[in-house]
Amino acid sequence: MLDDFLVRAALAGVGTAIAAGLLGCFVVWRRMAYFGDATAHAAVLGVALALLFGTSITLGVGSVALAMALLIHGLSGQGTSVDTMLGVLAHGALALGLVAVTLIPGQRIDLDAYLFGDVLSVTRMDLAVIWGGGAIVVAILWWQWQAMLTATLSPDLAYAADLNPRRAQLILTLLLAGVVAVAIKVVGALLITALLIIPAASARSYATTPERMALLSMAIGALSAIAGLRLAVILDVPVGPAIICVAVAIFAVSALGRTLRKLT
Amino acid sequence: MSLIDARNIDFGHGGQTVLQGVNLSLDPGEIVTIVGPNGSGKSTLLRVLIGALQPRKGTITRATGLRIGYVPQKLHIDPTLPITVRRFLNLPKAVNHAAAENALEKAGVAGLTERQMASLSGGQFQRVLLARAILGKPDVLMLDEATQGLDQPGSAAFYRQIDAVRRDLGCAVLMVSHELHVVMSASDRVICLNGHICCEGTPEVVSAAPAYRELFGSGTGGALALYRHDHDHGHDHDHHHEAAE
Repeated sequence: MLDDFLVRAALAGVGTAIAAGLLGCFVVWRRMAYFGDATAHAAVLGVALALLFGTSITLGVGSVALAMALLIHGLSGQGTSVDTMLGVLAHGALALGLVAVTLIPGQRIDLDAYLFGDVLSVTRMDLAVIWGGGAIVVAILWWQWQAMLTATLSPDLAYAADLNPRRAQLILTLLLAGVVAVAIKVVGALLITALLIIPAASARSYATTPERMALLSMAIGALSAIAGLRLAVILDVPVGPAIICVAVAIFAVSALGRTLRKLT
Repeated sequence: MSLIDARNIDFGHGGQTVLQGVNLSLDPGEIVTIVGPNGSGKSTLLRVLIGALQPRKGTITRATGLRIGYVPQKLHIDPTLPITVRRFLNLPKAVNHAAAENALEKAGVAGLTERQMASLSGGQFQRVLLARAILGKPDVLMLDEATQGLDQPGSAAFYRQIDAVRRDLGCAVLMVSHELHVVMSASDRVICLNGHICCEGTPEVVSAAPAYRELFGSGTGGALALYRHDHDHGHDHDHHHEAAE
């Protein structure tokens, strides 16, 4: 079954979408979308470094995304507004990565694959990395769920309960770097944030508790992955953007449904 | 022995000093109210005590295993986060249904469990925060301007609720308020704060202290007496206020 590249692509897409759909809820609740962008854009620099040093792409992307995430985590602890700084870091890392990738001698690489994903070429090894990484993300969030949610609602409530909200923030930062490393193969560096926030945003109006929103978000992510892949095959378009298009369509329907419900 | 003992606390950000040389210790079961003008560092002191802010100087000793029930001044829930009252009460620890219902009843908002937090009125929201705080069976209940946004009967009812909760749980209460006339007479001890502790003692001692009169004028002395007078007449009519809220 895994010999079929379409099956592998579907599994890769679903695995990524489940992890991203869950983590994406926190990205939405904590307004970390730009934070996600910066981490994801840094991934291109990670690709360049991985090619330069001959290490695996996942490792390179993971390390640079992690470094970027930790840098932003440190900056956000200073209590100042980091919006502009995030913009500088995000686009700085992206531009530097794009330049670095083309400067590497002896390599003719397909940059599009890293910017927009290349899910049709996933190997069994990639699948193991995606599902392994995704399982770690889900497991850690499951284990830390109550503390994370308390810290997200109010850092002060967390402190009063002897929980450390900075720790919750750090865990999310690390998981974000992990999801970026896993998702770059599927949707590419430019669209990772979309996979994080769109399913979560679509799930919002149909959920009454954080848990239901998380489950719905994962389901919508998985559905987008499968339908997006199908759409890409039929129309012969790139898979990553097709997945996001389906997610956006679901979001639009959900927003429309919410508006209609309000009117009645 | 005291539940919390803060010694010589200095706090500030940048070049600004917010708290200077503050000593505060809280004994089991006592009600202590911190009063002070805006910007006097009342909320900051509370946040230092719960560990949300690190003091520049000084030490905070908590009794081992101290449970704090914290009711913040305001809690903004991001509109992207759906959460029912029932789910909110499960934070930070899951509680069973009977306990949740009981806490809501004690806080005066029975039967709200399935409502979204975002759909509650200001008074209901504060009471749900109170319910959540008492679910952890706190040794000390800390309230930061908990009646902000409530009208006068509403806040009077809220303070009576806190008093009832305290008698029930036997916990200490540390609260910050600007509503001198309502809170002071119910307190065992009042601390008048303006960056540093200006004066402290029983409500009578503080309201007579020159430092207090300098900050708040002498008019509140009369209001205090008025409230005391009211209070002496018992609680028979009080429930009308709660029902009307």
